[in-house]
Amino acid sequence: MPRSAPPDRKLDLDAATVRRARALARQAGRPLVRLARTHTTVSVERAVLRMAGITGADPDGIPWANRLVDAVREEVGLEHGVALPVWDAMRRGRHGDLTELAQKASTGGAQLRIPEGRDAQAAGAAARRQVAGGIATIDRRRREREGMLRRIGDAPRQPWIYLIVATGDIHEDIPQAQAAARGGADVIAVIRSTGQSLLDYVPEGATREGYAGTYATQENFRLMRAALDDVSRELGRYVRLTNYASGLCMPEIATLAGLERLDMMLNDSMYGILFRDINPIRTFVDQRFSRQVHARAGIIINTGEDNYLTTADAVEEAHTVTVSQLLNEYFAKEAGLEDWQLGLGHAFEINPEVPDSFRLELAHAMLARELFPKAPLKWMPPTKHMTGDVFRGYLLDGFFNLVGAMTGQGILLVGMMTEAVVTPFLSDRDLALQNVRYVLDAAGNLHEDFHPRPGGFIQTRAHQVLDEAVALLQRIVDEPGQGALLDAIADGTFGLMKRPPDKGKGYDGVVRQADGYYNPATELLEGIKR
Amino acid sequence: MTGTVAENRIVRPYGDTTGDGMVQMSFTLPVPHDKRAEGAALQLAAKMGLDPAMLVHAKAMGPDFTFFVVYGRVTHLVDLSAVQVHEREYPLLSPKEANNAIKRTLRRKLVVLGACIGTDAHTVGIDAILNIKGFAGEKGLEYYREIKVVNLGAQVLVPDLVAASRAEKADAVLVSQVVTQRDAHLRNTREMSAAFRESYPSDKRPLLVVGGPRFDETATVGLGVDRIFGRGTTPGEVASYLVHALAERRAPS
Repeated sequence: MPRSAPPDRKLDLDAATVRRARALARQAGRPLVRLARTHTTVSVERAVLRMAGITGADPDGIPWANRLVDAVREEVGLEHGVALPVWDAMRRGRHGDLTELAQKASTGGAQLRIPEGRDAQAAGAAARRQVAGGIATIDRRRREREGMLRRIGDAPRQPWIYLIVATGDIHEDIPQAQAAARGGADVIAVIRSTGQSLLDYVPEGATREGYAGTYATQENFRLMRAALDDVSRELGRYVRLTNYASGLCMPEIATLAGLERLDMMLNDSMYGILFRDINPIRTFVDQRFSRQVHARAGIIINTGEDNYLTTADAVEEAHTVTVSQLLNEYFAKEAGLEDWQLGLGHAFEINPEVPDSFRLELAHAMLARELFPKAPLKWMPPTKHMTGDVFRGYLLDGFFNLVGAMTGQGILLVGMMTEAVVTPFLSDRDLALQNVRYVLDAAGNLHEDFHPRPGGFIQTRAHQVLDEAVALLQRIVDEPGQGALLDAIADGTFGLMKRPPDKGKGYDGVVRQADGYYNPATELLEGIKR
Repeated sequence: MTGTVAENRIVRPYGDTTGDGMVQMSFTLPVPHDKRAEGAALQLAAKMGLDPAMLVHAKAMGPDFTFFVVYGRVTHLVDLSAVQVHEREYPLLSPKEANNAIKRTLRRKLVVLGACIGTDAHTVGIDAILNIKGFAGEKGLEYYREIKVVNLGAQVLVPDLVAASRAEKADAVLVSQVVTQRDAHLRNTREMSAAFRESYPSDKRPLLVVGGPRFDETATVGLGVDRIFGRGTTPGEVASYLVHALAERRAPS
């Protein structure tokens, strides 16, 4: 995914400071990677089963993946992973498939055990074969996307225009998404139902009722992707589909996204911890696995730095965005993602009453652009200072679009003048797209002429934010205790929230790996040969 | 001039001249853009009381919809003496104002305990009010510097809730109830309020607040709680209420 023109170096950033910032991010994040490698979670184990093809749910709507993982946990514990006991049972018993085994296991009729010696080897090999089948599907989906991009064509320019649909009903979402694509959207995001991030299972089937969004399910993914494939062929450009790999089922949703050829996924390293009070260890373990899946599937992740600025002051706390971007980059690359897959987030959230607010926005956006020159940055529109005065909001969105055009953003989430008023009307979306098109057509190449004065306001501000980011990273690394970032999160360094490592939702689903833990998916995704 | 405005009980919208009655509006009709669509827009404007109505802009949005901007003079009058305002019993505060008020009246953090009780596992409501993520563009109570939030989550037993309230020295207990099967929300709430009445002297009891989509907001006495919030309540409303109610409690002493 080559960008149209590589960004020039306009800010005169000190190369040594940039290197230092990256080194500190690595130092802060490394203990958490160690933690992720030595723990597993119920959702990681369920994702393994989903890769191996388990589907469906019991009459109460609880997926068989949950039932089987719960049964393994109850009978033999999760310390060894699900693969060994499950495929051992498959070898010994007469079970048609995993779903049938899950049905038996949920009534205690599967006689699970941790196999040893040759039995363990045989179970591991069988698990690896079956999970490899799922990964082969993910690979096939990726090639399918690449083929369609070649045959049908890609978005005509960057930034890609990103629009949200969220009716709660997948069958209403589909025509809205197709209309948005016809109106000019390059990326369609289907917002999830409120509260899905806190469900410890993935709902099944096509869903028609969600609250302020539509449930992420495998079937909904499939339906929407098929509808967008149709409209892609009609329009002669491949329209990308986005959903959310966040919350308690991150690894499973990432897996389903790979299986159903979603193109981008929201996937932030700390959002769930800070904003949803999800346990920090659960989050980092789940996140590493989900990012390994995204890397394999050729999915672009979108990180959530915009959220910091909705709670904190966008000028005073600008450097926390930079710190989070650096951490997200470290965790993403460690998990195997490449630069072109890093939709690092940032947002236009400075109070418009602040003098020089537009120049500050430009400085911040240029800093992100130059720190991550190969990443398709995700540029998020104003929300906090949208007041209900839709006319003023429309102007603010125009200035937001202008910064996007001037700083070579990769993904531009279209701002709605009715933000914080109503779910956008059809006409709001149309007007918003006109706004984007006008600005990109009128000023899309302005970056060629725009060079901030050396030592001027914009350069000085960018340097200041970078320095503050380095200072904050240094503070995190200097935290007493062995967890650096984990301790900083517990202390409330980010977004005012104190999130200790043994608190928060989903902690009971975290398990330390025993010797002999086996996860065929991780092994295959990390490219380990047997 | 100001005098006449105050005395004038009947007003019209103001475009650029007193009494001109001019308004603007925009809307979409689910019809393709053609002459008939424009006629339909003017018909709607006329039915809404615009006379004369000027169709200043019409634009196709895809093959099936047309967007219109209409200006016109409304024939309706506004009678100021007939305007009814529903007064909230507390003023709405911004997070900053709420924080300042807590500092001023309590001189310490306000402790809020939240939970879903009974078999109810729907934490959507309590999370929308408490989590920093918030609801409807407003941040949750966790965002308030002067509020300490303890969220016990789902399916909390009433005795555990009371114990937690004592341990945390809660100023307010927020309970969310979504499931209404066989009036479970009402039974659970009564059980909860009775337990708090039993284990606290009346002047020491934390504020009891319940919320959920099926509650009658006027039923506080019957349920034994201090306040009921219905569907669509935002964190800011809850915070403002808590500040107001706690200040009122302290006032008499």
